Amino acid sequence: MRAYFSRRYRLSASHRLHTDTFSEEQNRDIYGKCNNPYGHGHNYTIEVTVGGQVGAETGMVCDLVELDTCVQKNVIERFDHMNLNLDPLFQHQVPTTENLCMEIYELLADFNKAELVRVRIEETSNNSFEYPVSKR
Amino acid sequence: MNTQAEAAERRQDASATLETMILLTRKAEFSASHYYWNEAWSAEENVRVFGKCANKNGHGHNYTLEVTVAGEVNGTSGFVVDLKELKDVMEREVVGVYDHRHLNLEVPEFAKMIPTTENIAIAIWKRLEGKIPGAKLHRVRVYEMPDLFADYYGEP
Repeated sequence: MRAYFSRRYRLSASHRLHTDTFSEEQNRDIYGKCNNPYGHGHNYTIEVTVGGQVGAETGMVCDLVELDTCVQKNVIERFDHMNLNLDPLFQHQVPTTENLCMEIYELLADFNKAELVRVRIEETSNNSFEYPVSKR
Repeated sequence: MNTQAEAAERRQDASATLETMILLTRKAEFSASHYYWNEAWSAEENVRVFGKCANKNGHGHNYTLEVTVAGEVNGTSGFVVDLKELKDVMEREVVGVYDHRHLNLEVPEFAKMIPTTENIAIAIWKRLEGKIPGAKLHRVRVYEMPDLFADYYGEP
């Protein structure tokens, strides 16, 4: 039987929403306080969902230690206590949480112990983003 | 007259849009103990795969169960499902059976199935399916702890 397994991780990072495509004034209009010149930070919660058949012998979709290891290595070590704007992934795109969500999905795409179903990020307790979009 | 007829038509349209599928979720909590062990494996293999969850003295969690049902909003009551009935079914079928129990030793479905979070979600689905009056079971979500949960949608 197919089930889904989700695990929540935390990372803290800074970012500044700004694009050279727009003028200084347009950046301020669009991004508001997120455009303040020295950036700001968030405690992000990263919720990773994987799916697959529940193993008859193990009762598990996958070994959560393997998922933890993959997320730690590919995501937490890369972004935790870092400035997102300085990461190579954000040299040509704004580190909004939408973009972070899609990039984290790509960074985890090689996880081969179960199907990666969804990455959902809570930027604050009031804002959350998920990719890809699913009816579930 | 025309205005009255239009108003009546608008009211009818409004009630028609209310008759649409909606999801409703009810939470419940239970506390239980369990351990992970596959009798077909050696002790070493169990410890290698399940780690500290393989401690045969067991350990416990405060589980949170979320049951989501899908249905049409009833035009008269405005309900998808009577919450009291849903609560009673969850209490009778799940919480009353699992709460303050040792899942491996006291709950029949786990005599031969390891009570992982995934299997608990599947077992709860089987306990609830077809027993919720007027609504269809959509999802069973079981939190073993706030940062770890399993979802089951009744998929084969």
